[in-house]
Amino acid sequence: MSVRVQREDFDVSAETAKLIADDADIGAIVTFTGRVRGKDDGRQIAALTLEHYPGMTEVEMAAIEAEARSRWPLQASLVVHRVGELKAGDNIVLVIAASVHRQAAFEAAGFLMDYLKTRAPFWKKETTASGDSAWVESRDADEDAAKRWR
Amino acid sequence: MGENAAHTVQIRYFAWLREKVGRESEDVELPAGVETVADLVGWLQQRGPQYVEAFARPQVVRAALDKVHVKPTAALGAAREIAFFPPVTGG
Repeated sequence: MSVRVQREDFDVSAETAKLIADDADIGAIVTFTGRVRGKDDGRQIAALTLEHYPGMTEVEMAAIEAEARSRWPLQASLVVHRVGELKAGDNIVLVIAASVHRQAAFEAAGFLMDYLKTRAPFWKKETTASGDSAWVESRDADEDAAKRWR
Repeated sequence: MGENAAHTVQIRYFAWLREKVGRESEDVELPAGVETVADLVGWLQQRGPQYVEAFARPQVVRAALDKVHVKPTAALGAAREIAFFPPVTGG
């Protein structure tokens, strides 16, 4: 039941343990961790810079989480997104969806990621191993993935 | 606010729009006739080559009014903060 934007890394186990600590009714927990790929479309990626729109980001993330909770019976949920300078292999995003049964947890986690990718105001700039940098372009596939929840 | 009262807004730019415009934000007084997001883009484009360049491909520019996603046809209304940015790429 919370969303966070932060520069520092997150610990999946610690976040999960904290989220479900007081709820013995939770029977299913789905966690998704997104990381910086070392390769993208054949380019060697050395680093990613994550920029966001402070104020709007948190509001959008909270709205996306609220939408997930209105669609599925979730006992608990968490979305953490990192910003700033990240290296290949670093964590970027964490989604945890916890429910009584697995179906809701699986679907809600997928929904949260698809909507995050298409609505929350974050932008990635990648720097390749050779030192070139460019803004990452949005992908139609992400838009298509989000559409399946309508 | 009266019909003729000056309406000052803060415009914010993110990602490559910020780089092309060359600033993160600016305060502008909206001239008469600038009523929608698209009107504002058209007006900004008259302010210099960096704006022309930044808004050259309107299909890849998104906007928010007071931190809420809107379409180009949206009325500016009494919005105080208008943001322009590329399609989002988080997650």
